Amino acid sequence: MTQPTINDFHTILPMIVLSVWACLLLLVDLFIPKDRKGITALLAALGLILSLGFNLTRIGMESVGFSGMVVLDGFATFANVLLLLSGLFGVALAYGYVRRMGIERGEYYTLLLFSVCGMMLMAQAADLIIVFLALELLSIPLYVLAAFARGDMQSQEAGVKYFLLGAFATGFVVYGTALVFGATGTTSLGGIFAAASAGASTGSGNGLMFTIGAALILVGFGFKVAAVPFHMWTPDVYQGAPSAATAFMSSGAKVAGFVALLRVFSTSFPALASDMNGILWTLSALTMIVGNLIAIAQTNIKRMLAYSSIAHAGYILMAFVSYGNPQVASVSIASGMFYLMAYTLTNFGAWSVVVALEKAEGKGLEIADYAGVARKHPALAAAMAVFMLSFIGFPPTLGMVGKFYLFRAAIAGGYTGLALIGVLTSLVSAYYYLRVVVNMYMREGELVPEREPWLGFATALTAAATVALSLVPQWVFLLASTAVMK
Amino acid sequence: MIPLSWYLILAAGLFSIGLFGVLVRRNAVAILLGVELMLNAVNINLVSFWRYGDVLKMTGQVFAIIVFAVAAAEVAVGLALVISVYRSRNTVIADELDMMKW
Amino acid sequence: MLLEYIAIAVMIAVATLIAGIAIGLGELFGPKKASAAKSMPYESGMNPYGEGTRRMPVRFYLIAVLFILFDIEVVFLLPWAITFRKLGLFGLIEMAIFIVILLIGYVYAWGKGALEWE
Repeated sequence: MTQPTINDFHTILPMIVLSVWACLLLLVDLFIPKDRKGITALLAALGLILSLGFNLTRIGMESVGFSGMVVLDGFATFANVLLLLSGLFGVALAYGYVRRMGIERGEYYTLLLFSVCGMMLMAQAADLIIVFLALELLSIPLYVLAAFARGDMQSQEAGVKYFLLGAFATGFVVYGTALVFGATGTTSLGGIFAAASAGASTGSGNGLMFTIGAALILVGFGFKVAAVPFHMWTPDVYQGAPSAATAFMSSGAKVAGFVALLRVFSTSFPALASDMNGILWTLSALTMIVGNLIAIAQTNIKRMLAYSSIAHAGYILMAFVSYGNPQVASVSIASGMFYLMAYTLTNFGAWSVVVALEKAEGKGLEIADYAGVARKHPALAAAMAVFMLSFIGFPPTLGMVGKFYLFRAAIAGGYTGLALIGVLTSLVSAYYYLRVVVNMYMREGELVPEREPWLGFATALTAAATVALSLVPQWVFLLASTAVMK
Repeated sequence: MIPLSWYLILAAGLFSIGLFGVLVRRNAVAILLGVELMLNAVNINLVSFWRYGDVLKMTGQVFAIIVFAVAAAEVAVGLALVISVYRSRNTVIADELDMMKW
Repeated sequence: MLLEYIAIAVMIAVATLIAGIAIGLGELFGPKKASAAKSMPYESGMNPYGEGTRRMPVRFYLIAVLFILFDIEVVFLLPWAITFRKLGLFGLIEMAIFIVILLIGYVYAWGKGALEWE
């Protein structure tokens, strides 16, 4: 029995800080009066900032903790920054929104913090047991957040659907994990790789079990990141859940899901790359095509963004296809991380505009309602235009640079066809993204946007970052390259 | 001794029954039961892999404990969600949760 | 091969026998006074009347959910208790942290009034 040392705790310090903070906040919130829940929000934000501070001191550090259960490396640090920023934006978007919608309760922020803890644990997991634990820790609070508007039937429906599909997906992940454990005798990600490369030629049944296990894990995470054909829950859940919660889950959960996929597959399953290539290629292509095509038909902005998030899962999946090819894997992982960052910023920006325009009783959610926003609130309309352009991949935005890196990596890996599908579907997506912009600028309408300081700040910040960071792409890409696992 | 494959077949059968339940049952609580069956199938797998593998390494057992503890947490949240739907709509039939298109 | 199962067969036989004796003795020597209340189907002390799907106070669910959560945690205490001596002080501290986390949940549920019946 090895006793943990201080180094073990250092490895996951930002996560420990955040989880302790969340536990305390749960208790402190009991003593905060009902009409002052803004204090809880500020305290939650403070915890996230504190954790972010600890996380930033970890740049460049590498260590392994708790007998190889968790790991700290550039990949984890990069992902943690992204996840903590998601948490902060999630709080900023919710701050005014939950009050306006009459669903303000302190638990919202506590649950959000616990979910971020799970996501960070996911980024640092070096063992399939931890991956499973982190998956549940991040998902269970999200189920509740989706159903957070108790009086709203759509929100409840979203919660139940998300829960049932999420639990179903978890079943696949653990069954796959069990089979991999059976085939290799270990759950450690590095151990699985070692066992698989040592016994690659021996054991006929084990090889099959190993492959099926990996495939089941892929299916489970396919549900989590909303890849076609495992996407059916996404539009309903994104539409029904409170918009601020949707913003958080569509960014944070997606980042965490992809981070886990990248970590597990590139650490444990390089041996299966030749089997997985075709599957991943198909998943990526299907997700891009189906997501973008169905998005065209949507009239509700939340459903449209849901399909857009499915489509973007397809683009990010492109970074996976060549994960087993050592020549391009590192560039392709860096592009994937870059795109995740671009997606997170743009996505939060777009949702912050949705939050600003949503009225009680679900009014103001049709794309047609956005007519005339440019006249009433030019800055908001301009910001939305930036986000839509970034989603399309139009310069000068982060989305364009992200897509450029992704397509370049795909072509370098020999997947020109996939890159072509990416370009074509991006062109298709211009139609439905630009429709929002056209509505805002070219038509007359009634809707008056809400002006809330934190919300406005989040919108301005994401819009500025989306444009500004795209002007120094090499610098950001260099940052993403630090996130490549050794 | 009973061969390992028997346990695996049992677990695969149980997993399939759970999967079938999730896919065809319409009652949200029954779907939840299906999910639980799937997780229990995993536990059978884990414990038998442990027993037939390196008995001194406790990974399989520990994993099984974590799986059902987490499953309990999941069920608690799930039941609460189903109850809150039942209170406002008087139904737990998944097909009738159709305010939004499925 | 089959010999290994003899112990199980013996156990089944003994269990059946003991249960049979217990019920049989009661049947033989016990007084038999039938009454309306006694011949009713037993349902945990509640009146088994009305439809099968009648409403129950939703409080029951809350208590049940809390029970599941706090009950399942014992599962982690048991392995710790068995290896208590091996784990030593560190195990004790870890378990204390674990209990404190549970306690936080308990205090939260208490503070929210989840433990009060009315």
